[in-house]
Amino acid sequence: MGSLKEKHEAQESGFFATRVDALVNWGRKNSLWPMPLGLSCCGIELMAMIGPKFDISRFGAEAARFSPRQCDLLIVAGTLTWKMAQACRTIYDQMPEPKWVIAMGVCSSTGGMYDSYAVVQGVDSILPVDVYVPGCPPRPDAVIDALLKLQKKIERESPLHRLLHEPGTPDERGTGSLLRQPNAAVVRNELDLHPHAPGARRTASER
Amino acid sequence: MTSAEQTAERVHAALANLAAGDGPAPRDGTLTLEVSRGSLHAVLERLKEQAGFETITMVTCVDHLGGRRSEPRFEVVHQLLSIEHRDRVRVKTRVASDDASVPTCTDLWPGASFMEREAYDMFGVTFEGHPNLARLLMPEEYGHHPLRKDFPHQGIEPDRLYKEWDRERRARAAREQAGGSVR
Repeated sequence: MGSLKEKHEAQESGFFATRVDALVNWGRKNSLWPMPLGLSCCGIELMAMIGPKFDISRFGAEAARFSPRQCDLLIVAGTLTWKMAQACRTIYDQMPEPKWVIAMGVCSSTGGMYDSYAVVQGVDSILPVDVYVPGCPPRPDAVIDALLKLQKKIERESPLHRLLHEPGTPDERGTGSLLRQPNAAVVRNELDLHPHAPGARRTASER
Repeated sequence: MTSAEQTAERVHAALANLAAGDGPAPRDGTLTLEVSRGSLHAVLERLKEQAGFETITMVTCVDHLGGRRSEPRFEVVHQLLSIEHRDRVRVKTRVASDDASVPTCTDLWPGASFMEREAYDMFGVTFEGHPNLARLLMPEEYGHHPLRKDFPHQGIEPDRLYKEWDRERRARAAREQAGGSVR
């Protein structure tokens, strides 16, 4: 039983009422620790974003660490090749929950201009992606916009529900989309060795 | 005497009494030799020791499948540079697809090692005598040679190796979870 004096002290020192979800989300969204996975030219823009001119420390996300164990935001910046895909997935697995992913640039979003045997056609083939940023490479402003959008997304999460009802479920979101790799099923039957020879290849309107 | 003529003369002198296929001919500004596979190593050695081409700048390959002169299919190209004389020479060797191999030149220029490995990786042309002819760019178990003309540019099952790895990864995770250890 609290005495009148204790009640009075509690009022004087201040308190506020809120939901646990709101408090946890507020903490999470304002202290994202990015893991910069700079794979090509997007990595340079990413450095500019972290640096003093664009300065993502204004949004609490400046503590870029090069160890996935200390990060909760994976920024895939650049062209992901199939040879690198295993390393990328390993980095994602090594990051502690909760974790989010930004696909920065068209290469990591869709494969971009690399419609190629070597390039993953979008990192969402191997990872769950939260925010996609178009651009080749995107301006640092665009990535900051993605960061703000991710913060809005985090606000809507319900961490308490996850803690109480889905403890320890391995996160396999997004990995099923390997099936919709446009180049997974490509088996070319005949060669187009003379694409410009008369009658060699019909255009789309002729088919 | 122009510098191109001086180069041709020096190469002629170095290759004297060596049966080395077609004689030197200038092609797009660079002196070009077309030699047979058997004489390739001897020609390169003469060019290095006697004509002063002390640097190799490029070893690559061309796939002539579907071209005007499609047989023999592969053309291995060596390009040499003489820093002393400030000129270059190109040596081309045609090999057939069923026996695509040429002698290595890593004994003359150790720096040719990576270039030969890349040509092997991309075209499947082997370099006999190479100390470590492993793939340079693609994964070891890749199984295709991507710059061959009959290779589809989107690849043949490009995610095969990743999927194999991913299957192992999931099995490992399932084992660890069953064993109660922390993932």
